[in-house]
Amino acid sequence: MTLTVPALRARAARRRRHRPLSVRLAAAFLLVVAGTGLLAPLLAPHSPDTTSLVNALAPPGTPGHWLGTDSTGRDVLTRVMYGARLSLLAPLGVVLLSAALGITTGLVAARAGGRVDAVLSRCMDIVFAFPSLLLAMIAVAVFGPGLAAPVCALAVSYAPFLGRIVRSVALQEGARPYMEAYRVMGFGELWVTLRHLLPNVAPVLIAQGTLSFGYALVDLASLSYLGLGVRPPDADWGSMISQAQSAILQGAPWSGIVPGLAVLLTVVSVNVIGEHVGGSISGRGKEET
Amino acid sequence: MLVRETTTRDALAVEGLGLTIGTREGALPLLADVTVRVGRGETVGLVGESGSGKTLTARTALGMLPRGARATGRVTAAGLDVLAAGRTDLRDLRRTRVSMVFQDPRAAINPLRRVGDHLTEGLRAAGTPRREAARRAVDLLDQVGIDDPAGAMRRHPHQFSGGMLQRIMIAGALATEPELLLADEPTTALDVTTQAEVVGVLRALQRSHGTGLLFVTHDLDLAAAVCDRIYVMYAGRIVEEADSASFAVAPAHPYTRALLDASPSVHGDQGPLRAIGGRPRSLAEAPSGCSFRDRCPRADHDCALGVPATRPHGTSHVACLRPEQVKP
Amino acid sequence: MARALSAWIARRALGALATVLAASVLIHLSLRLVPGDPVLALTAGRRLTPEQLAAVREAYGLDQGPVQSYLGWIGGALRLDLGASLHYQTGVSTLIADRLDVSVPLILYAAALSVLFGTAVALVSAVRGGAVDRIAGLLAATTTATPPFVAAILLLATFSVGLGWFPATGAGTGFADRLWHLTLPATAMAIAVFGVLARVGNAAFAAELRREHVEVARSRGVGGAAVVRRHVVRGALPPLLTVIGVLLAGLFVGTAVVETAFGLDGVGSLLVSSVTRRDIPVVQGVALIAVVLFVLVNTLVDLALTFIDPRVTVGGITR
Repeated sequence: MTLTVPALRARAARRRRHRPLSVRLAAAFLLVVAGTGLLAPLLAPHSPDTTSLVNALAPPGTPGHWLGTDSTGRDVLTRVMYGARLSLLAPLGVVLLSAALGITTGLVAARAGGRVDAVLSRCMDIVFAFPSLLLAMIAVAVFGPGLAAPVCALAVSYAPFLGRIVRSVALQEGARPYMEAYRVMGFGELWVTLRHLLPNVAPVLIAQGTLSFGYALVDLASLSYLGLGVRPPDADWGSMISQAQSAILQGAPWSGIVPGLAVLLTVVSVNVIGEHVGGSISGRGKEET
Repeated sequence: MLVRETTTRDALAVEGLGLTIGTREGALPLLADVTVRVGRGETVGLVGESGSGKTLTARTALGMLPRGARATGRVTAAGLDVLAAGRTDLRDLRRTRVSMVFQDPRAAINPLRRVGDHLTEGLRAAGTPRREAARRAVDLLDQVGIDDPAGAMRRHPHQFSGGMLQRIMIAGALATEPELLLADEPTTALDVTTQAEVVGVLRALQRSHGTGLLFVTHDLDLAAAVCDRIYVMYAGRIVEEADSASFAVAPAHPYTRALLDASPSVHGDQGPLRAIGGRPRSLAEAPSGCSFRDRCPRADHDCALGVPATRPHGTSHVACLRPEQVKP
Repeated sequence: MARALSAWIARRALGALATVLAASVLIHLSLRLVPGDPVLALTAGRRLTPEQLAAVREAYGLDQGPVQSYLGWIGGALRLDLGASLHYQTGVSTLIADRLDVSVPLILYAAALSVLFGTAVALVSAVRGGAVDRIAGLLAATTTATPPFVAAILLLATFSVGLGWFPATGAGTGFADRLWHLTLPATAMAIAVFGVLARVGNAAFAAELRREHVEVARSRGVGGAAVVRRHVVRGALPPLLTVIGVLLAGLFVGTAVVETAFGLDGVGSLLVSSVTRRDIPVVQGVALIAVVLFVLVNTLVDLALTFIDPRVTVGGITR
């Protein structure tokens, strides 16, 4: 039931500024995953590619192989640690590329207006009509296997989300009197945009970018799982799961479940953080009004 | 108009109502020792700044407490002990004997459904047959001054102005012939000319139906014009009760005085407007002793000693150690 | 009013058609983005005589200009002829049609599961609040982050290999058998969609429950179930339907992952194998269908919204 007691609202606002436990846990998990990926050569107990048919499909808990081994005897823990590298790096590339694309399109559309705006908005509509995974698969079909084509395709696919946000914020902010004042004072269009528009868009961009990172991770892992992403000997979590498929059917699922959980927990963590960032932005907006 | 009962009991009797709400930081007091009485057919004003607890008090009459709230005291609405009543009794009370008119008709009427659905909803919930409910609704629309009532039943809320919608809401509230009507700032969301019309409609219908009316508002002048008696609330407590005739002439509580000084008056000139210093307090933020003492020009250290008891003063009852002198 | 509405529908349909046409141009011309000679890329790994190469070139319109070849392709598509597969040497339309008896039930099954459970959990958690809401929120957050292929291996390991309740591969024959075979794949596809619906629906229902007219209905003694039915569900439909539209259209492409994981011979696995073989005519055909479906579903949803909210129609016309 709606209760609007000012004192309660003030308390709620104060609580909102705290970082909840879930956000801290998520951040810690991501740091650990990124850290082990980065330091995999130092931390990993084995070499990621050493096969040993004697040790094949050792279950988790086996001495020396805490998380077991896969069907060719490679250490699952080691491979998950190495797999983190591409699994995290490629989505990061997608986010950065799509941010660059989205920001440029959004700003150009907002500042140019008129026909340019109409055409660019229409283009974003068209890209929206392609599910991201489909666009990535078309790219692989056309340009051949490897990560480069799907990373670019996904960047294009996510760019409209950012583009629309940037465009609407830029239109709002651009209409404010202070922007006009700068322009009258003779500051260049580009300078005004970079110096004053971008900082206003930044918080929303960070929230959306974080969520995009999660989507990109899932899409790229899906592609690798389908054999359309990373090429051996490179491996990410998706390709590990793909290679584990037959072991799963033989009743030795850990070599697939471990990277599967790595994907799941990473995406959960990314979403938790993205929503916290997005939530505190909208929360701040509400307090101001 | 058929009078259902001939007893002399009040439409609403709130006695010593206290309300606290449980939060993560412990219990937060919202209302303390609130006593309000609305006789049958009487119009009573409940006046205060936002956050003073006037809306909470009105909603308690319907048994609509905020989630997690605990109430003490006694609330009798249309003969039902609301705080002790079970779900079915409360539902029955809401369906037939007590209705509420809300502040913003735009928000209070479901925009996706037809006006007719809103009007007959209460009646249908009370078991009135569809035909009969529709006939009553058309009749009431006519009484509140809506043109083409039969056509209006089939239209959607966005096709009406705010004033017209508020009339529709009043019609919907009176459809079940309640003993008690709670009007929560019914004119605040409307522009001034519409306000007068809506208040007129409300008053006329309330008189002809013999309904007791609790009129909740922050507008003192409006309350004085509309009501028989007025309660003034500050920080979750009643600080003054007076009949509206003596109210404007002789405010007893310094807060009432300050309210009068702060509101521009169309009739009579009482000197320059003065804003009340400080901001309105909720009960949780109020100082010990008299809640108003940190904003009161007459306060001294005695006021911090305890909450002043309500006592008669001239024609009113006031909770103040140093009530204003009755002006000559 | 009626005329204004039909004019609005016509304009909306035209916009959708324009989007589909533009997307189809992109799909068709993507072939010409291939670095080097597209025909060599298309036929990579296959030893072909110059005559065969010329035949391939002609079959895909690469001997013509882009405009001419596009018109040929889209004209065929309008007659349900999407060209011929390089690998199978048969019509793309036939290849796809032959696999719809696996993919269509799979999509409908997954859609039914996710919409049913998603909205139910959303509604119950929004109405109940408290611990129920928190548990549902946790469930939604976890399932949202579970990609279909992770769900697939977890389900396979548990219910198929572990407990032996469901088959690991194959689509079965006959209605009941097919349903049984498709249960795990449909669940794997439905899980993430369920999560999104549960949280979007929860937010939508909760927002409606906070609306004043809901409180007004309660103040008039309208019962809890009637309040939800009359005042909450309908108001929450617009955001829910919008999300459902986007997600359901996405399920078509989602079959790619799940059909591969469960060894089903459907449109999705056809897409994956065609991408692997760079059998571009098949990829283009499936892509065109996916885009048409996406635009169609979203246009229908937009249309449905005008009937749900009487104000949208007016807004739509004045827009």
